[in-house]
Amino acid sequence: MSEPLLKVRELKKYFPVKRSLLEAFRKKEERYVRAVDGISFDIRKGETLALIGESGCGKTTAGRTILRLIEPTEGEIIFDGTDVTQLSQDELRPFRKRMQIIFQDPYSSLSPRMRIGDAIAHPLLVHGLAEKDEAKEIALKMLRRVGLTPEDEFYDRYPHHLSGGQRQRVVIARAMVLKPEFIVADEAVSMIDVSMRASILELLESFKEEYNLSQLFITHDIAVGKLIADRIAVMYLGKIVEMGPIREVLRNPAHPYTMALIQAVPSIVRRKKEKKLRITGEVPNAAEIPPGCRFHPRCPFADELCRGDEPELVEVSHGHFVACHHPLH
Amino acid sequence: MLLEVKNLGVYYYTLSGVVRGAENVSFSVREGEWITFVGESGSGKSTVAHAVINLVPSPGKIVTGEVLFQGKNLLAMKPEELRKIRGKDISMVFQDPMTSLDPLRKVGDQIVEAMRVHGVDDDEARQRAKEILEKVNLPADRLDYYPHQLSGGQRQRISIAIAMAFNPKLLIADEPTTALDVIVQDAIMDLIDEMKDEGTSIYFVTHDISLAAERSDRIAVMYAGELVEIGTTEQIIENPLHPYTRALVESVPDLWKESEVRAIPGYPPDLRNPPSGCRFHPRCPIFKEKAELKGRCDVRGPETLEVEPGHFVACHLYGGA
Repeated sequence: MSEPLLKVRELKKYFPVKRSLLEAFRKKEERYVRAVDGISFDIRKGETLALIGESGCGKTTAGRTILRLIEPTEGEIIFDGTDVTQLSQDELRPFRKRMQIIFQDPYSSLSPRMRIGDAIAHPLLVHGLAEKDEAKEIALKMLRRVGLTPEDEFYDRYPHHLSGGQRQRVVIARAMVLKPEFIVADEAVSMIDVSMRASILELLESFKEEYNLSQLFITHDIAVGKLIADRIAVMYLGKIVEMGPIREVLRNPAHPYTMALIQAVPSIVRRKKEKKLRITGEVPNAAEIPPGCRFHPRCPFADELCRGDEPELVEVSHGHFVACHHPLH
Repeated sequence: MLLEVKNLGVYYYTLSGVVRGAENVSFSVREGEWITFVGESGSGKSTVAHAVINLVPSPGKIVTGEVLFQGKNLLAMKPEELRKIRGKDISMVFQDPMTSLDPLRKVGDQIVEAMRVHGVDDDEARQRAKEILEKVNLPADRLDYYPHQLSGGQRQRISIAIAMAFNPKLLIADEPTTALDVIVQDAIMDLIDEMKDEGTSIYFVTHDISLAAERSDRIAVMYAGELVEIGTTEQIIENPLHPYTRALVESVPDLWKESEVRAIPGYPPDLRNPPSGCRFHPRCPIFKEKAELKGRCDVRGPETLEVEPGHFVACHLYGGA
């Protein structure tokens, strides 16, 4: 196999928690939200990694930090051999073109005052890749490519004329017009009606094949992850707790949290109520991460060891990693 | 029959025209059953749920139909009569619990208030508030919290606790888990299941057919303001008859389905100006294939037919005039 296109090593992003005046006066220690708390993974050329987790697990922060839309606190992000955390904004420019993001909300990620054709042409002009007329030509082709036809009619429309699904097509067209090598798709289909999701996923898949794209696909929905990803990484409170080939992890989850997530997903095939692994409570605040294994307060198998020691991510079978003192197999 | 809805129609009188939000909707809810309405946004599923309790938001108006609850037409009742039924015999839970909880008052006071309206004295209401909080797995000290101090999942537990307070005959739940993570969603669904076990009929609304399939006895499918198919969960999932229902079942990403996921081509229509005939015909794969359907599906609306016992569909493929 080839060298990974992206290598993330011990990436951390901490946000300081505002202290009250009284706390500052008493010199109370500064606290941090450890949104991303040391994650490592690779993504190969043409590979899609699904980053799965509940709200507040740090998956969105991770995606943005990797693109340096948020500055990392610590760690390395090696893209095609270069550690992009060490680059100045100027040096970063050529990398920006190669790494794009698709946001969750197609309502707020498009300027309401820009015609959608111009929105797609805009990145070409910004990066100096085309003159105005040529950029328009390319944008028209792109509109056609994402299924917004007749394209010359769609070119002149504004975002508010479009449905959520159509807007997400525009957002995808705008990201793909630069022919990126790597995409962060952050909940790219979660705000779209279930019946429309499949068509957006198909569209992403077709670009993946055409450009041999690598993708970090961030989602809370494992069923969507299964459709699009080669591998999956499950995040809980800033850490990756399990990672591996998607089918292997779905069939043989090793972490109790992964198991609970999988069992909680409703299915039209497995309707009969199976015996479920009961986990209690909700994800705690990332400013107050429990000691030891951060999942232990909710875990039915937690013991002394789990309360005191944080487990490392170790390989349980080929390419399948888990961070748990008592893995399920 | 606990609830019978006959020929319900709701229009929204907007500045840009009349939106035909729901038309010709008829169905019933039996004692102790869980029925789920599925459909895309704009299909009318939420409109119908609100119309049933005469709570259609402005500029919407109920233009036709009646809603018989234990034989009495809710739509013909005086507001104070209906208020006595709402919250007691019929409870509601919505997608965003913040819309039904008062942000300025403690959770406990709101539960007590809800009971006071229906004639329970304050001491007893306090006691019962503690009990129902326990039932939804929240510690009793949450009674002294304000809604913003709780997570989305906890807020939804509170609104279910309030809905449970009177052992209602019917619970109307409109996308109550849409904003929640799957594990929390599953726990909320368990709570609703418990209400069903205690005899409450559940009228559930969701855009997610997998969620519908998991716990419902029956499923009703809405498209573009009309009810297109209704049947038992098995009938709808294993043997969907309407081309839209089939497409919907095939379009959903599912963890355990091995067959490929297929997108539904096209977009739902604008209900200011819905398509002629069957509203699904512009997106219908069978209409496109079969020339003999021309002049039929695109001209006349289909009749609703009972194709097998309890399984109704509104589609020209199954006959009718």
